[in-house]
Amino acid sequence: MDQLDRLESQSVAVFREAYREFKQLGMLWSIGKDSTVLLWLARKAFFGHVPFPLIHIDTAYKIPAMITYRNQVALEWGLQLIVGQNQTALATKQTFPDGAIDRIACCKALKTNALNGTLDGTWPRWKLDHASGELVPDSKPTPFTGVIVGARADEEGSRSKERTFSPRGQHHDWDIADQPPEFWNHYKTDFKPGTHVRIHPLLDWTELNIWEYIQRESIPIIDLYFTPPGGTQRYRSLGCYPCTQAVESNAQTVDQIVTELRTGKFAHIAERSGRAQDKEDGGLETLRREGYM
Amino acid sequence: MTPPSDSPVERMNVVIVGHVDHGKSTFTGRLLADSGALPEGKLESVRAWCDTHSRPFEYAFLLDALKEEQAQGVTIDSARCFFKSKTRHYVIIDAPGHIEFLKNMISGAARAEAAILLISAPEGIKENSRRHGYMLSLLGIKQVAVLINKMDLVGYSQSVFESIKTEYGHFLTGIGVKPSAWVPISARQGDHLIAPSSAMPWYTGLDVLSVMDAFHKEKPLAHLPVRLPVQDVYKFTQNQDDRRIVAGTMVSGVLHNGDEMVVYPSKKRAGLHQIEAFNVTPLPQSVGPDQATGITLTTQLFIKPGDVMGKAGEPEPVVGSCFRANVFWLGKQPLVMGKRYKLKTGTAKVPMVVSAIRSVLNSASLTSSTPSEVQRHEVGEIVIETAKPIAVDLVADHPITSRFVIVDEYDIAGGGLFIAHDDHPSVPAFELEVDTHSSVDLGTRQARCGHRAGVVLITGRHALSQVQELEAELFHQGFSTMCLDALSPFSLPTVTTVAHGLLSAGMLVLMATKPDYVSAIGHVLHPFDCFISEESTATTIAHWVK
Repeated sequence: MDQLDRLESQSVAVFREAYREFKQLGMLWSIGKDSTVLLWLARKAFFGHVPFPLIHIDTAYKIPAMITYRNQVALEWGLQLIVGQNQTALATKQTFPDGAIDRIACCKALKTNALNGTLDGTWPRWKLDHASGELVPDSKPTPFTGVIVGARADEEGSRSKERTFSPRGQHHDWDIADQPPEFWNHYKTDFKPGTHVRIHPLLDWTELNIWEYIQRESIPIIDLYFTPPGGTQRYRSLGCYPCTQAVESNAQTVDQIVTELRTGKFAHIAERSGRAQDKEDGGLETLRREGYM
Repeated sequence: MTPPSDSPVERMNVVIVGHVDHGKSTFTGRLLADSGALPEGKLESVRAWCDTHSRPFEYAFLLDALKEEQAQGVTIDSARCFFKSKTRHYVIIDAPGHIEFLKNMISGAARAEAAILLISAPEGIKENSRRHGYMLSLLGIKQVAVLINKMDLVGYSQSVFESIKTEYGHFLTGIGVKPSAWVPISARQGDHLIAPSSAMPWYTGLDVLSVMDAFHKEKPLAHLPVRLPVQDVYKFTQNQDDRRIVAGTMVSGVLHNGDEMVVYPSKKRAGLHQIEAFNVTPLPQSVGPDQATGITLTTQLFIKPGDVMGKAGEPEPVVGSCFRANVFWLGKQPLVMGKRYKLKTGTAKVPMVVSAIRSVLNSASLTSSTPSEVQRHEVGEIVIETAKPIAVDLVADHPITSRFVIVDEYDIAGGGLFIAHDDHPSVPAFELEVDTHSSVDLGTRQARCGHRAGVVLITGRHALSQVQELEAELFHQGFSTMCLDALSPFSLPTVTTVAHGLLSAGMLVLMATKPDYVSAIGHVLHPFDCFISEESTATTIAHWVK
């Protein structure tokens, strides 16, 4: 077994443990490369099936091609899709692009708060109707007790200290100084009512591993990651367009991306260097303590 | 698509352990910096952070990413760092050295295949130098290198190095650990991390990176008998899928399509029809250690998560409900006898009690005593009794399937290894296979009775006379009651079967029993409401079932 085989097997075991232990299980799906690998691993774990809904938090500032791609894949693969959004903040223009608040507060409003309200079923949310191909209101929004998330330890400091099964309190808070022990292949799967768990099957994967796996398995992926013919830029990481910069690159294929990460210009540049919210003081750790993915 | 020639073939997890302030995070940070593993600008941004916060620059800040860690200058939780040498990729797990965070050190170390243990030259061997060394041996980490750090603070003295080496070497020999190397270093100055150092000409051994590259990758357990703990059984029907797939991760051995399989603990047999997989054509012919897999069988057996699949003709696992074990305890509450815990081993999750504590070892001083409980950070030899039989291996036979953890309430509070099987459990364990096939559901029955079905277990000294009195009193108040004597271990399965029948009929059952039998009875009767008490009054019981 090579490194990718091991990572795949470990992640599959985590998926199966999550499915066994949590009756109300969902998986965050951001359309990006990590989510794409996550979805593929779910199909590996369950032999082609995805036996739980995918949850997408639509900030309304996502690159439009992402939303089109999302619906297309969900319809094609017969996936259950749930969509959540902070409609109040959008309607009252309390966002960073509106100039009302800073980047961190915007992430908290459009992503963290929307995620928390969607997960515990207290906010309105929508689901994809496969007959019409449209989003319809979710009339019975039940709370999720387990949520699969594609966070990787190599992304940034607070994620490097995550647990595979990471408990969240009643207010979605993460008690980072007192995480449960987790050893061998035994995770914390017993929880007080009212709390929920973030499950991280990709913690041990690096950005390079993600692309090597996409390459090996020939996994379909959104083309925002590739520099178009004649172009000079592509996205290395997908997020909201006001806060995510494209990078200068000639990579037009998965093979070229792998080479670029392994030995080329990005071998020594951090992936999230294009994400502006990380640069503000305490950025991601502060967000993640409150429930950010 | 062909994999490129420089495709990464090997990755190793290495944990960095040792006493608090002996320089683990500084070492790891410096190693990452010197070997060019840091992303561009990372070092500069940490230096800039130190300037604006008026703090002297520390390599440790590269790892101690949490705000609280930087404020206190101490590592709280294990960080994973990724880097590569000329020969392989590494995940470095920087574990905390503070006793308060021993659970985090163990969470980090349990993922590792090799360990680097740091001892500060000026401070010498401390409590957690010994405790961490002992934990490594318990966790089954055989490859250990010892670094004597901060040599710059003792004038690079060979005699300081030699005396720590002698003393700590003696300790390690006592717990069966043989270090692969002893290296004098200064993490802050970068001596002997990735290259020889002119500061210590008396040292002729390898630098740390070379020592790491010399660690060997543990071989997969293909030579041991097949152990496939059943994680789940899937029957997904979407798109006309009619496969019933037994899913799990192979721990050891090798399976081929057509092999004769044995399911433990039931020992029922079936043939391996096909190894299943997604996006693999043609489907696999065989599957080996560490692979997550799924199989379909030639015969439909009743298989449930927690069972273990083996291969016919190979050595069998031990099936039993009473084991001697070594356990290290991390719980905030001590481990006590008689309390109901949950045991997790392989994929099995069963109720358990500790029926005896043979001895307790202080994990730092290695002094032992025989108290009645195992305190936090101590190691105990205990007797575990499970509510039903499980299939496991003993540590002498198998390094992986002999492992378990104990859950107290909601938390993993300890971990350990099975060292022996005991044939004579004091708590009888049994399973019922009863199905009444009743066409009237319990809710309807309860509605006619006017109260819920439930069982009250009375464990006091006068339990039998008490249940008789309660039965009469409650009966005359209009409850459908029956009392049962569950005081003898030999009649326990029969009496519990009767109780199950009465409960299914919607009745209120009062059982006189012993504290030791409560978990076994509770396990069998778990679909019904169960109330456990030393003594109870008719009023409290009436209130409870109303």
